[in-house]
Amino acid sequence: MAERLTKSAARNIFYGGSFFFLVIFLILGIDSHLYIKNTSTDESTLTESVARGKHVWERHACIDCHSLLGEGAYFAPELGNVWVRYGGRENPEGARMALKAWMKVQPTGVEGRRQMPQFNLTEQELDDLVDFLEWTSRIDTLGWPPNNAG
Amino acid sequence: MKYQTQQLAYPYFVAALALFLVQLVAGVLAGTIYVFPHFLSEAAPFNIIRMIHTSALLVWLLLGYFGASYFLIPEECEREIYSSRLAWWQLGIFVFAALGAVISYLFGVHEGREFLEQPLWVKILLAVAFVIFLYNVTMTVLKGRKTVVSIVLLVGLWGAALFYLFAFYNPSNLALDKLYWWWVVHVWVEGVWELIMAAMLAFLLIKLTGVDREVIEKWLYVIVGLSLVSGLLGTGHHYYWIGTPSYWHWIGGVFSVLEVLPFFAMVLWAFYLVHESGRDHPNRAAMLWSLGCPVMAFFGAGVWGLMHSFSQVNFYSHGTQVTAAHGHLAFYGAYVMLNLAFFTYALPALRGLQPFNQILNMWSFWIMTGSMAFMTFTLTFAGVIQTHLQRVLGMDFMEIQQQIDLFYWLRLGSGIFFVIGALLYIYAVLGPVRGQMVAPLGAQSATK
Repeated sequence: MAERLTKSAARNIFYGGSFFFLVIFLILGIDSHLYIKNTSTDESTLTESVARGKHVWERHACIDCHSLLGEGAYFAPELGNVWVRYGGRENPEGARMALKAWMKVQPTGVEGRRQMPQFNLTEQELDDLVDFLEWTSRIDTLGWPPNNAG
Repeated sequence: MKYQTQQLAYPYFVAALALFLVQLVAGVLAGTIYVFPHFLSEAAPFNIIRMIHTSALLVWLLLGYFGASYFLIPEECEREIYSSRLAWWQLGIFVFAALGAVISYLFGVHEGREFLEQPLWVKILLAVAFVIFLYNVTMTVLKGRKTVVSIVLLVGLWGAALFYLFAFYNPSNLALDKLYWWWVVHVWVEGVWELIMAAMLAFLLIKLTGVDREVIEKWLYVIVGLSLVSGLLGTGHHYYWIGTPSYWHWIGGVFSVLEVLPFFAMVLWAFYLVHESGRDHPNRAAMLWSLGCPVMAFFGAGVWGLMHSFSQVNFYSHGTQVTAAHGHLAFYGAYVMLNLAFFTYALPALRGLQPFNQILNMWSFWIMTGSMAFMTFTLTFAGVIQTHLQRVLGMDFMEIQQQIDLFYWLRLGSGIFFVIGALLYIYAVLGPVRGQMVAPLGAQSATK
């Protein structure tokens, strides 16, 4: 078989195959883009504060300890569903207070426990961040994570 | 070494190895925090150390590719590099940007997107340096002999630069952010970087085995064809749970299986050529790395990747230590070993020496590869336990972490052994020459 495959045939497979799959990748990328905008996320509730909350999340590199929808550093808990874990669906006010209180008391200093830094967020930043996490919990992730533990 | 400008590779390799050390120091510190949670928690918290660990990795690998390109393109094109001055500018800008990134991280300045944490000005400088590089090597290739190795290398490097542009796009919709974030992260390491890898391996195999270029180049096309055919849609296995359509579940599954093929083909290719040639190249360490690289890449990227890339499995294993295990072995096998193979081959020529200290270099191979394999096993065990406790039993994350503490100790131990191996390696390739090995006359032409 090795003799039957010529070098120019191999070259054509490379260029042709790559181009073909690049085009499919781009088409599916556009389709996924539209699906996210129209179906799986609620852009009508993507408010200014959610957008600001995402920047708070990024400014403090939360992703380099936590994971969000399963991606991140796996050093600290998954936060894609933290809103649900804190009971935000049943009691949004309680979940908001609990999340904000949790961030304010860091680092806990508990012996043998991983320490979350104190980021000294303002009330506004805390609210924005909670809004972002709440919005994130409503992304249609096809049932992931399997349970509240994240 | 036939061409003056190949010497440009030397400073690139030294800079790459220096950043490799930065990466390892950050890695050991991060591993220490896992077992002593209060360690450095005020001065340099885990998130900062972790971003130094991953960013330094990416930047030193790129420096290795740039240096390797400056080394191999003159030989492939049979002419000098278009502009030495541009190459020095590129190195200066790139190293300045890399150091700027590390220092700004330590002061808490970053963009906070995983792997793309570089502040905007650093991203721009990296892109500028990349463009200077592409201009320089493309002009060299256009003016010289065009071989398959240099063309595939160029396609890989251009692809890396183009897909890097998505690093500048950060929409406020998290799902969209993630959709395009993978266009950099996945398409690099499971797509265009494989082209760079295959081209550099092809060059090494041509030089080390002396097998006819025609045969090597044909299979190079087959391998890189498999890489892009499988790798582009293989992005699907990252699109399971981020708000993307469900058709990615079966696309991700099918193409993840295919993604193993280019790595498997590289193993067959390398061993077949070495076996066929029957030649005993005096740089035995370079041969060892060149054969070890595809093998470990096959296990790390191929087998460990496939293990959790079906959506039915990934539903449970996603974002656990299983991913960390796969990430470590895949990067080490495919890209770290590739660069170390290339340095081992090129540095004696760049320093005007015959292969020397090869025993030490081979020891470093076994120490690094062994400890990385051990680290992968420990993280895999940790990940399997974590998956069960967290995803099946629904136990609390922090509670589980205490249960798998033992594995984090073992991981730290293997990390320390890895650093010892790396220090031996650096000493072997850059250290002082004592008993320089006299290569037999016939072998000298092969080492140039």
